[in-house]
Formats: sequence, C-alpha cells, structure tokens
Amino acid sequence: MLSLGSVGAKSTKPSFVSYVTPEEIKLEKEPPKKLKHPDLLPGEVEFCSANPILKYTQDDLSQRGVFGTLFCTNFRITFISDEKSQEETTKTFKNKLYGENDIPLMFVDHIYGVYDEKRKLITGALVKNKYPSKIIIHCKDLRVFQFCLTYTKEEDAKKIFQGIAHHCLEEKSLKCVFAFSYTGTPSPEMQRKRETILFDSPEDWTQEMKRTKANCRLVTENENFELSQRLPKYFVIPSALGDLFSYQGKGFPIWCWSHYSGCALFKASLPPVTQEDGDFQKHFDIMINAVAHNYLYSAKTEDLSESLPTIQDIQQSYNKFKQFFLIENSTDFWLSDMKWFSSLESSGWLDIIRQCLQKAVEVVECLEKDNTNVLITEEEGTDLCCVISSLVQIMLDPYYRTLMGFQSLVQKEWVAGCHAFLDRCNHLHQKDKECYSPVFLLFLECVWQLVQQHSPAFQFSETYLTVLSDSVHMPVFSTFLFNSAHHRESVLKHQRQLSLPSTAFKTPFKKGFFKDETDSLKKMLRVKRLSRWMGSPDSTAAISREFYESWQQRPLDYHGLLLPCLDGPAVRVWMQRYLRWIPEVHILGGGSVAVMTKLMELLSQVQDLKRVLEQRDSSQAAKPDHRPYIQHRLLSFGSSGRLPSSFPFAYSRNRSFKPIIPTGLMQCLMLTDSLASQEDEASSFVSLV
Amino acid sequence: MSLVEVEEANPVMASAPIAPYNSSPLGNSSSPNASRESLKMEPLADVAMLPGEERVIDKDIIYICPFNAAVKGKVFITNYRLYFKNTDSEMPVTLDVPLGVISRVEKMGGASSRGENSYGLEITCKQLFAFLSQEKYEENGWNVYEAMEEYRRQGVPNSEWRVTFINKNYELCDTYPTILVVPYKATDEDLKRVATFRSRCRIPVLSWFHKENHAVIMRCSQPLVGMSGKRNKDDERYLDLIREANGTTKLTIYDARPNVNAVANKATGGGYEGDDAYQNAELVFLDIHNIHVMRESLKKLKDIVYPNVEESHWLSSLESTHWLEHIKLVLSGAIQVADKVSSGSSVVVHCSDGWDRTAQLTSLSMLMLDSYYRTLRGFQVLLEKEWIGFGHKFASRIGHGDKNHADQDRSPIFVQFIDCVWQMTKQFPTAFEFNERLLVVILDHLYSCRFGTFLYNCESARESNNVRAKTVSLWSSVNSDTSLYINPFYTPESSRVLYPVASMRHLELWVTYYIRWNPRIQHQQQSPVEQRYKELLVLRDQYLKKLEELQLSDSTPSSTHLTNSSTPNAATPNQHITHLQTPF
Repeated sequence: MLSLGSVGAKSTKPSFVSYVTPEEIKLEKEPPKKLKHPDLLPGEVEFCSANPILKYTQDDLSQRGVFGTLFCTNFRITFISDEKSQEETTKTFKNKLYGENDIPLMFVDHIYGVYDEKRKLITGALVKNKYPSKIIIHCKDLRVFQFCLTYTKEEDAKKIFQGIAHHCLEEKSLKCVFAFSYTGTPSPEMQRKRETILFDSPEDWTQEMKRTKANCRLVTENENFELSQRLPKYFVIPSALGDLFSYQGKGFPIWCWSHYSGCALFKASLPPVTQEDGDFQKHFDIMINAVAHNYLYSAKTEDLSESLPTIQDIQQSYNKFKQFFLIENSTDFWLSDMKWFSSLESSGWLDIIRQCLQKAVEVVECLEKDNTNVLITEEEGTDLCCVISSLVQIMLDPYYRTLMGFQSLVQKEWVAGCHAFLDRCNHLHQKDKECYSPVFLLFLECVWQLVQQHSPAFQFSETYLTVLSDSVHMPVFSTFLFNSAHHRESVLKHQRQLSLPSTAFKTPFKKGFFKDETDSLKKMLRVKRLSRWMGSPDSTAAISREFYESWQQRPLDYHGLLLPCLDGPAVRVWMQRYLRWIPEVHILGGGSVAVMTKLMELLSQVQDLKRVLEQRDSSQAAKPDHRPYIQHRLLSFGSSGRLPSSFPFAYSRNRSFKPIIPTGLMQCLMLTDSLASQEDEASSFVSLV
Repeated sequence: MSLVEVEEANPVMASAPIAPYNSSPLGNSSSPNASRESLKMEPLADVAMLPGEERVIDKDIIYICPFNAAVKGKVFITNYRLYFKNTDSEMPVTLDVPLGVISRVEKMGGASSRGENSYGLEITCKQLFAFLSQEKYEENGWNVYEAMEEYRRQGVPNSEWRVTFINKNYELCDTYPTILVVPYKATDEDLKRVATFRSRCRIPVLSWFHKENHAVIMRCSQPLVGMSGKRNKDDERYLDLIREANGTTKLTIYDARPNVNAVANKATGGGYEGDDAYQNAELVFLDIHNIHVMRESLKKLKDIVYPNVEESHWLSSLESTHWLEHIKLVLSGAIQVADKVSSGSSVVVHCSDGWDRTAQLTSLSMLMLDSYYRTLRGFQVLLEKEWIGFGHKFASRIGHGDKNHADQDRSPIFVQFIDCVWQMTKQFPTAFEFNERLLVVILDHLYSCRFGTFLYNCESARESNNVRAKTVSLWSSVNSDTSLYINPFYTPESSRVLYPVASMRHLELWVTYYIRWNPRIQHQQQSPVEQRYKELLVLRDQYLKKLEELQLSDSTPSSTHLTNSSTPNAATPNQHITHLQTPF
C-alpha cells in the first residue's frame, strides 16, 4: 500500500498527481503479478476488467491508494486489490453476498467522471470516446468509491469505463436484472426458516383475519387478475360491500387490520374520476358506508394525498438529504460539519418522517381511543397508504414487532399489497424519474425511529433495518423487484423463456403522477369531502398531543400500544445507516456496539452456565445435549480488538489510535458579537508589572 | 404573582400566595370539603427534611405549571428549599427546588404587588445552607483528594519535577493551591520572578505527568506582554526548563483563546508568548470563546427548550444557539492537547487567567489520557484538583448567595465541561465507571448549596471560611451509596487513550439534563439495555453460586479452581468459560 501522506485540510480538491508519481508506479509494478479473479456467484458472468486501477481509501486520516483490478460483471462492479487482504479481520464484517469492494450494479446511484479536474455527472448516453481520469461512484447504500484510470492502458480504461457506464446507467429491461441469471440455491437454513407469512394464498389471509378477529370477507375473484392487475391476488373487504366488478378495480376499501374492539383499518385507492361530480360522491358514500358497517356504524376517512407530502416531495427531500452523507474526503466532511444541523433541516427529510409518524398516531387514536373504523385513501392506495397502515399496525399490534411478524407485515402491506417497488426504486434506471421515490425507505426510517425510542419492544435491531434497506437494491432477491402481484406472476411464469412482451415491463400505472385536466376536478371534489376528514390540522395536533401524553403517563408496556415521541430532539438521524461508511465518525471501541458486545458476552456466559447446570441435572438420566453453542459474530471477533462504532458494516483500519482533529474550526464560529471580544474579567484586570 | 426562574434548565412558575379571604370558590369552600383538604395536607408535614433544615414559611398558593393548567397547592420554604405539593386533583404535582438553584425571582402582575414573598426568597438564598447542614455520612468526602497522594500516583516528584511549598500561605499566588509541582531545576526565587510576568501570578505548574514518555501538561495564565511587547528572561528560561525536562524539542503552548482575543488582551496588559521571545516553543490558538459568549449561548439554549421544545425547526434553532459548536471546540482543543502529550511532547495550556477554559482543557485531556480519572473516585479527584484546587471561580461563575442576577462574572463554564464529559461517556459507553446520574447530581449540587464542595472561588477563601470543617462534601454523599452511580458496562482499560469524535454528527444535546423537566420527554430511569444487563448479571451470579454449591457437595478436587466473581469486570468472559468447562 502506498501511503501518500495527509492531504486533509490543505487542498480542497486532491488531484491524482499529488498522490503518486509515475516512478513509484513502476517500482510498484514489478514483478508483474498474475491477475486475480473475483469469486463469482452462481450465474455471475464477467464482462470486462482493467488493471492497474488505483482505488482511493480514506483510512487512517490520510488519503491513500491501493492498486488492483477493476471488474464489471452482470451482478456487480468489483475491485480486487493486488495486496493480500486481511481475511481474518474482515471476515466479521463481511456481507454474505458482497464484499467491501463490491458494488452490485443496482446499488449504483450516480457516477461522476473527473475530466481535467472537472467533475461531470455521467449519464449513459454521454459515454463515447472520452474517458475520465477518475470515476466516482455514489451508491444507494451511501458508499462512495473513487477509482483512478490514469495508470491503465487506454483501451482497457475505455472498456471498463464504458462497461460500467453501460451496465449501471443505461435503461435496461427487467430480464437483465441479475436475479434472473442467479442460479444459486437457498442455503438450508434459509429454507428451514420459512415462518414469514407471504400472503399469497387464501389461507394466509383467513389466518390473519382469524388472528385479529376480523369480520370481513375474503375476495378470491382476482385470483387470475380479472378484477384488476393492480390489485392483490387475494384481499379482504368489508362484508357490507357488494359487487366488486362495477368499481373498475379502484376505489373500494381493502381491509388492513382489525383492532380488538372490532373496529378496523381500511385503505383504498380513489374511485375512478368521471366528469360527473355526483358519481364520485355516490361512490365515495358507498365506500364509507361499507366501512362504517364494520363496527358500531362509525367511520373516519383520511385522504393521505391531502395531508402528507407527495411522493415527489419525498423523493426531492431524500435526494437533498442523502447528499450530506456522500462524503468524498475529509475536507468536505469538516466543511459540512459546520452547518450540519441546518443542512439536515433544510432537506425536510426528518420532518417528513415526523409527519408520517404523526399521521399514524392520529389513526391509532381513532382506533384505540374512539373505536371508529378508519379508511385511509390515496390516489393509488399503494404508497403512503402502505406507510401509514404498516406503522399503525406496528404501534398497535406487538406481533408485528417480532422479526417474523414484521416480515409478514412487509409481505402483507407492501409485497402482496402491490407497492410498485420496481418503479419506486427505479431498479431499471429509467430516465423518466416521475415514478421514482423512496417510499419504502421512508417507512423503514419511521420504524427505525420507533426502534430507537423503544428498542426492547422489538425483536429486531437497527442493524436488521439497515440491512433490509440495502436488500431492496440487492438483485439476488426478487422480493422487492416487481410492481404488483400480477407483475410478479407474469414475469416469473415466463422466467425461463425470458422473452416477455415489452408491454409487461411498461409501467402500467403512472397516471397519478401526471398533471392532467382531471386534476383540477379532483381538487374541486376534495373540497366537498373535507367535512369528512378528521378535522383541521391545528386541532388534531393538539388532540393527539393529549393522546400521546395520556399514553406516556401510563407505565410503558412493551407488549401493548407503542407511540413515538415526536418532539424536536426525539426524531433523529439514522446514524448507523447514514454514517457507517464515513471514517471520520467511527469511534473505535465506542458507540452502542460496545454495549451490545458486553451484553452478548454476558448472555453467552449465562447460557453456558445454564447448560452446565442442566447437564449436571440430567447427568443421571444421561441425556446428551445437541443444541448448538451460541456462536455470535460479535463474540467471534473476540476481545483481541475493539470494534468500531460502524460494526458490522465498515471495518476501520485506523489502528494507530490517532485522534481525528477537526479542521477549519474558526470558520464555523465567527462571532461578530461584541461579547466575543470582551475580556473574561472585565471588572478588574490588574497588571502586576 | 411571581416568576421564579431557576438556574440550570428547570424553570418554575409559581403564583403569589392566595390569602384565605380570596374569592376563590375552593378557598371559601364548605366544611366537609375543607376537612378533606386539610386531610390531604397532612402528608405535607412528612416532607423529609435534611438535618439542619428548618421551615421558614408555608402558604397556600396556585402554581402555574407551564405544561398543564394552574395547580392549587401548598408551598413550603425552608432554609434549603422551596417545596410545593398540590392539594387537589388526582395527578400529583410536586416541586422541590433548592433555593440555591433559583437564579431569579421576578414579580408578575403589576399593581397587586406581593413582592414580600419574592424578597423573602432572595434573602434566604444568602444563608448558604451548606453551613447549616448537619448531614452525617460514613465517609468524609473532604478526604477524597490529597494533593501529595495524587502527584505520587502520577509518578511525581522525580528527578525532573519537584514539589514546592512556596505557596503554603498563598503568598506566591492567592488563587493557587498550597502544593505545586514545578521543574526540578527551577528555584523558588525563579518562581517568584516568573510570577511577576504571569497574570494574577498564576505561573506554569504541572497538572499531569505521562509515566512512560515523561511529557507533562502545565497550566498557567497569560504572560503580561502588554502593548509594548514586554519580555521576561525568567519566564522564557522557565518554559525552556519545562521543555528540557523530557527532552521535548519544541514545547507546545496552547492558548485556548481565539487569536484576535489574545491580541486584544495586550491592550489590558496581557497577551501571548511571541515567537522571537520563546524560540523553542510553538503557539497554537484553540479558538475557544470567553465566558460571556458561553453564558449567552446557554441562555439561547434555554429559550428554545422552555417552555416548549421547538418541533419543526428544532435543528436550526439548536444550531443557532452555538452551544454544541462550543462543545466541539472545547473537545477538539482537549484532543489536540492529549494527542500532543501522548506523542511525547510537553505542553503548556493557558487562556487569560487560567481558571476557566484552561481548566476545561487540562481536565478533559487528562480524562482522555488517564483512565484513573474515568473511575468514580478518579473523577472526584480530577474535579478537586483541576477545578476546585486550581481556583475555578465557582462562587463568581455560579453566583452563590449573590443577588445580582445579571452579573457579568456568571458563566456556565463548569456546566459546559460536564457536558463535554457527558458527550465522551455517550461515545464510549464502556469506558467510564460512573454513569450519567453522577454528572446530573454534580450539576444539581453545583447550584443547590447543600454541600460545601463548590462554594467559594479558591482554596484560600475556602480555608479562611473553614469550609472543610463547617460543611459536608458532596463526595461524602456520593460515596456513601456508590451503587447509584456505577455504570454496569464499565470495562477498565488502563493504558487506553480515549479520543472522542468532535464532530457535530456525534455531538448531541444532553436532553436528559437540559430538558428533563419537560413531561413530554421520555424519562427512563434506566435504559432498558442497562436493566437487562443487570438482570443477566444477577442471573449469572445465581448460576455461579448454584454451581459452586453443587461442586462443593461433589467435593471433587478438580473443580475447586472455578472462580466465582461477583463483580462484572473481574474477569473476561473467555476466562470464565474455560474455567467452567474444564471440570466437565
């Protein structure tokens, strides 16, 4: 490894020339090494490679480079260092499917090219003859990679650059997604643990209705998607609702969950809009009546597209927000440290999280306190409806706070519930950005806030949520790959032929995002419906504040109702997800990992003791114990080294224990205040000379 | 009506007493109602009073709770505290405010002046309760810190450093302690000459000695350079002696102030060590602002958390207070000091007078370098030494028994230091033997005047007022029940230097201190993880005991080497497991 000294504060734009001189390269290059190849996953095919490529690392507070080979396959971009890797230490940190230098193609968010010190965003079409001296890759899991191409032969450099740009940025068809090439079989332990309910059979739904004592009707008429391709294969509706075929597959309440009192939560897409005002209103009345009939004849409805940000707002906010974490060097880090809090606030992301949680609390209050049925509506009924209904269920139903329960909920509301993952995650890099929006991530963010505030109420940890948020873009799994149940079935049915009619991939539902003439009509209609909403925003906030406070005064029951605190300091940044790759913030031997390690150590100690005692008890009966010993990754790391706070994601090579000293401090606190120039002891300064 | 504003983040609003003839329907209530009320008042008499505490006033009042509505109740004022308990409603409302904590009493409601009450409060403030307290504890906290003992622990005196008693009657410097450690080669005459060139005679003296590389942390006040740029050969030579002691090539002088302020100080006779005069030294400014800036910053912080916590603009409001930015500067200054010392170079730290920013920097860097100070005892020693001993002006900065609320001398420098310590404990949850509760208790009693620990400005004043004999030390109380303050996750690592990350990404507002009075902020007495950990500890000890009993009954000699440790940190788990598995 070439140590290139600390660049840090001095130059704002570290250039390549300052890192390594060509003489050093030659020394480094001999004797020529044989090319190492990546371990390919079953079904993975190598497209192209280039050597030598310099990869920048930011460890140990100095910018360094590592030489190696860059590969592009149908699954990932991968870098293999010429140096020996520290297998032992990195093992604990290794993701099962990709390593620290692997970038699955679907993880790529943006690629920048540096041409003559100028940075340009690479779009697929732009790539023809020129190639940049350096490529910077921003990933969806917020990693930043920087590769230097100047030491590579021109044709190799061109080839790898074009290969990467093509496979990452060009709009592609679904069949090119690695999941369809992947031939690996699930490991035995993956097969054994199939306790997650997938909600792809009538039995799953019947079971769920039984569990929540719901008094609703299972609809099987859409088994072959005859009602609508946008509806789940199976779903549940209020018993009072009659013939479904007149609805054109839209605008009728779908059951989400039943409260123990008997009232229930329903979600609905808005009824089809016709030119006749009366039709819409009539339609809507039928819908509410059906919902109200469910229990004590009471219902409240809430149009989420009225009270929550649009999915475009969500996307814009997140785009701003994530920029603060895509840090390329130390200088950027400390510069952005100064205005950190106001930067976060300006993105509005935390506020959107707060609004969603707030809305969920309002719905919870209706169900829990007022015992009324609630119907939440939205244009399609598969975005914010999913967020709010899932959050409500997590707050009210402790089953969904278990790992299997949570996964079942994601299946129920999101996967079987037809959230358009393919469009929202923009897996296929479609240029038409209208439909892209991190709605599912927003949901995970909200769940994280709850986990953060009430960790003992959840069976899973924040690490689980972080990994789940990455898995959305992991093309090995098909869970988050489709737009609807119909989409999934039609694609998977043809999987072997892989020659799908192109219409199947066309996003069937983009209507909601177009501003067309019906928009103004809808606006008009909504005004009339306002009387049915839960009340003006001011009063709901005050009322739900009261609801929260009365809940807070009762002793906390982790198996009962769970509400989030939404005060300013309580809604926080998901540090683990967003800061895990930034070496400046890693605390070696600190963070919550340090406490968890202690807890795991003690737990395994207690379990060992228990085992010993049990063996003594049963020694007369001579019953051998076959249960496996607890082997935890935290423990396997041992007490030899301290874990960084970024565990288990980034492995910090900062072994020298040098502190990180902030740079550019004075700039952050230029106080023009007269106080600043005052002396400490203004009253009596006695000069003794 | 009067508003009682409380120092620290605990404002209280109380109304003036309601006279019995008041038109309030409740006050003129019929007899059955009244009798019920008087019954309810009975428990008030049971307020556990501290030994030496005496009741001064008790009256019916209405307390205007900033979070709920007005609450009717009864107020007690003793020579130590203001105590309020509501008499109606199901929800109990109590207030227990030590008088020392009250920073300002304000009259509200114009003409119907009921000022006598607030006036009474102010007078009471002056009778520092600590002198009347007759609390008894097993241990005398005044003995926690013995200067000689602490220097010996550090490895001083030795061939490079000597102890001098030149200040035993506070003749050299009245704000320094009696025992000082100075370079071996510096004579007492040298010290006297150096004193003439240092503000308030606070000469550079040793604070901490690195056992391995013999680098030291020295603390002092600014040199009296003045406008003319005066030089002092003795001071220059003295600093060179410090440098020579461990062969440091270049002595680093950390001036805590921003460069501009240090320059401005020349106008009033102060200044900094110039390059030409101190050739073997390099000067680094740490850009920490003065006491006035810090005071205003905390005031702004109070404004955004009281009475309601800002919701949607919380982060930008927080940023506008600059409080966390100041914390960042103090911490990063201390990191630089610790890093320099740990790399083998000696350092000198000063600000203007060397009792505010200097104390923050030396004590924080010592906390980073020396794991002893991270223990419950060690932390007490650190405070006694660097803050109380070296004359942080607690009386002036807090304003004990002082009626001038707007006093320019007041500043939350010590609060800021404790906040920095809290930030470190958050980043390293297993590195400190003490918990957050200790830090809160220290700050509570910084204001409460129940203990003598934080009274007066310096050791000489404490001695002449006989504080040790007449008051109880806070450490007597703390050390009489240490289990309250122990962090169960503590893992001692003696040689480890602790560098916190001084980035806004990690610094957070100490909600459980600054906003703890707000009922909406969740208060978990104990974090659930901590609770779980303690349960597991109990379970482990039960199993160990059971196993030991079984092995005793077996009377197998091979099993005798099983160690039963009841303390969480006595052995690493790996050792435990191997010990336990061998017999089977």
